[in-house]
Amino acid sequence: MAKGIKDKVAILGMGCSKFGERWDASPEDLMVEAYLEAMTDAGIAPEQIDAAWFSTHMDDVGTGRGGTPMAIALRLPDIGVTRVENFCAGGSEAIRAAVYAVASGACDIALALGIEKLKDTGYGGLPVATVGTYIPQWYPNAVAPANFAQLASAYRRRHGVPADLLKRAIAHVSVKSHANGARNPKAHLRKEITEEQVLRAPIVAEPLGLFDCCGVSDGAAAVIVTRPDIARNLGKRDLVTFKALQVVASNGWEMQSNEWDGSYVHTARVAAQRAYAEAGIANPRTEISMTEVHDCFSITELVTMEDLGLSAPGRAVHDVLDGVFDAGGKVPCQIDGGLKCFGHPIGASGIRMLYEMYLQLLGRAGPRQLSAPRIGLTHNLGGQPSQNVCSVSIVGLEGA
Amino acid sequence: MIGIVKYGGYVPRLRLSRRAVAEANAWYAPHLVGRAKGSRSMANWDEDSLTMAVAAARDCLGPSEERGNIRSLFLASCTLPFAERLNAGVVCEALTLDQTVEALEFGGSQRAGLSALTQAVARVRAGGGDTLVLAADSRDSRAASTQELDFGDGAAALLLGDGDVVAEYLGSGTLTVDFIDHFRAAGEDVDYAWEERWVRDEGISKLVPKAVAAALAEAQVKAEAIDHFIFPSTFQKMDQQVAARCGVRPEAVVDSLQDRIGETGTGHALLVLAHVLESAKPGALILVAQFASGAQAVIFRVTEAIRSARPAKGVSHWLAHGTEETNYTKFLSFKGRLVLERGMRGEQDRKTALSTAYRHRSAILGLVAGRCTETGKVHFPPSRLSYEQGNPRKDTQVPHQLAERKATVLSWSAEYLSFHRSPPHCYGQIDFDGGGRILMEFTDVAKGDVESGTEVEMAFRIKDIDEVRHFTRYFWKAVPVRPAAASDRPAAE
Repeated sequence: MAKGIKDKVAILGMGCSKFGERWDASPEDLMVEAYLEAMTDAGIAPEQIDAAWFSTHMDDVGTGRGGTPMAIALRLPDIGVTRVENFCAGGSEAIRAAVYAVASGACDIALALGIEKLKDTGYGGLPVATVGTYIPQWYPNAVAPANFAQLASAYRRRHGVPADLLKRAIAHVSVKSHANGARNPKAHLRKEITEEQVLRAPIVAEPLGLFDCCGVSDGAAAVIVTRPDIARNLGKRDLVTFKALQVVASNGWEMQSNEWDGSYVHTARVAAQRAYAEAGIANPRTEISMTEVHDCFSITELVTMEDLGLSAPGRAVHDVLDGVFDAGGKVPCQIDGGLKCFGHPIGASGIRMLYEMYLQLLGRAGPRQLSAPRIGLTHNLGGQPSQNVCSVSIVGLEGA
Repeated sequence: MIGIVKYGGYVPRLRLSRRAVAEANAWYAPHLVGRAKGSRSMANWDEDSLTMAVAAARDCLGPSEERGNIRSLFLASCTLPFAERLNAGVVCEALTLDQTVEALEFGGSQRAGLSALTQAVARVRAGGGDTLVLAADSRDSRAASTQELDFGDGAAALLLGDGDVVAEYLGSGTLTVDFIDHFRAAGEDVDYAWEERWVRDEGISKLVPKAVAAALAEAQVKAEAIDHFIFPSTFQKMDQQVAARCGVRPEAVVDSLQDRIGETGTGHALLVLAHVLESAKPGALILVAQFASGAQAVIFRVTEAIRSARPAKGVSHWLAHGTEETNYTKFLSFKGRLVLERGMRGEQDRKTALSTAYRHRSAILGLVAGRCTETGKVHFPPSRLSYEQGNPRKDTQVPHQLAERKATVLSWSAEYLSFHRSPPHCYGQIDFDGGGRILMEFTDVAKGDVESGTEVEMAFRIKDIDEVRHFTRYFWKAVPVRPAAASDRPAAE
């Protein structure tokens, strides 16, 4: 059994651009915005970065392929820059690569940056993706809302939940995230909404309405990692360290076998259990201070609460409505607004989740600061419930 | 004895209200209001002559995967989607017929269906084995034309052989004459027709009786002995007048279904024949005639075997399961006569990699999965490695057909985001009886038709249309199982 990553790597600095419809900013501008904040926070010179990982999903809009778009935008000092892509979980992959590079001893300081420039397509929603030559010949020309909406139909059947009750519970998910996002100056969507607004919104994909879907945003986020001893030598105190980094990719079991019932995300459950083991967490509901989960759609967040073991199977509907995951609840979720309101620039989202954990753990989250959090969890899901890549990461104060 | 061994048909679910058409066009063509009775069948956006031919063939052949007896496939139509690329070859793949089947196409006139039928008889007689005859049309017409009201979409299928025939072939008569009641130049969409009175008096009334007389002579049957006289025509009472000229009893004239589904083109005579066979009594004499570039007539005698031979669903099922469509702009859009705003998502390139399509043609066109011989688990698409958590198997899969299996909806959604020709775009995961799961599109569904747990069956449909290169790609879709209505059951039983 591998020993895992716990407390071997610390965050030296982080940055995150303002998310949103950044008509003013090119992909390069967004990268620079996140990078400069991270470098200032880290207090290092560019020459001290040994290697970099670059997460971006869409090839055809915005940023381009390979490592060069980031190397050029940031004028990096002749180092290796590797593009990683793992659907919406790419940001977490970039973090994992940089952290593993530092943990291996191959690098002292590594940079991970995620970026997506989505708002140059001319239409709303995610850009239409290419998926090779075989899949389009049989697979539906499907879109993300309908892929995730299917969780709702299967969840209702699995747990015998009436459609109106589930609709109300997922409405609460969005109301909560809007309340949180309103207090985050970098968030894309900063207006509070009511349950009635959510319930009355036009349907995008049954049963998901407009407010059940996250923002499609431009943005970038960056993290600089190093070993804890190097961080201390650079004058850092109150270190945030990685406790667990787990990624699980579907092998076709969910989508092809008849065994998965469609009401949960299999990879998330496996990744969560492995992350808890790696971090030494026995009871997530009492030990996790806060979560940033992949709330691409409200139903995803609700189901994820069960996948992470924060709600018992079939109980997330009630826990959500009881406010367990609200800002003042037992395990606050999306305290920064989440994908729903902070926004979802695909390649950046995993790093944006970490950014909020980092700010909260260091007490730097301003008006949305939680009271003395010690352990945070990020859940970053790429693909769709039936076939995906799921990352579960746990970070915390050193020694926590 | 040579004749029809099996029979079936297909009529699309949508039935366009003629009143809706006439009212929409009344400002421009008030004369059409008088013709606005009943409905016409209307192909869904994802149906064409080829998919309807497959549907009729499946209705005819039934759910058995053993189709090795079929040695030839004749496809008759004047509206096949491909001018080159054997449309009948696509049908063979969809039906998972053997590669050694000879597939041919018949076209050029509305009697191509009957021509295919007589050629199939000749093929069987020559020892060529069972021959599947398919006829289908999905014709185009101008808005505010009489054709728009008269035409319908549909298909028919007959399996000809010398085994347990349900209707024995007795004889036929054919006239080939260049009488141009209408024509359509190559590459054109719609027909150009001459005056009805001339066509009735000089064409149909003079040519059809000659072909009928020739058929009666060959069959050694007297005209008054005919029990079912089938003569499709969009002209009022034309069938009655032709029957009278031929000496056929007026009560033998079969309802051409014009009021309910319209005249479905090349396959219509055979579609009506398949409908008649559902309730025909042993010994009954059936005469099928068609007028087009001359005329043709074929005579059958129903046998005792009719009592046990039934199509999978039958024309009466399709007739009973229509859904009235009153949205005329939907019809125009489906027929390509109305260009709707699609949004930028509609700009997506639908280019098909033909090498990929060929490599996977069995999975795509035949819906053939791979079943692991060790675990019994079914994989779609088939793959070299089979999933089995912790113990994947290597090279254990054998072909496993899914098209004739029922399935159950596991999860679904209906969305309004992607470009779809008939929103909402509805798809979900379905689990097949006997194993196998596919995330698949639904078609022929209305709001409330699909829920987790709904039973579905497969339909071969258009997957995408590449409008840049004019290529249509096909795949299978899920349709909710609609139980047979009590009225579907044949009266003869």
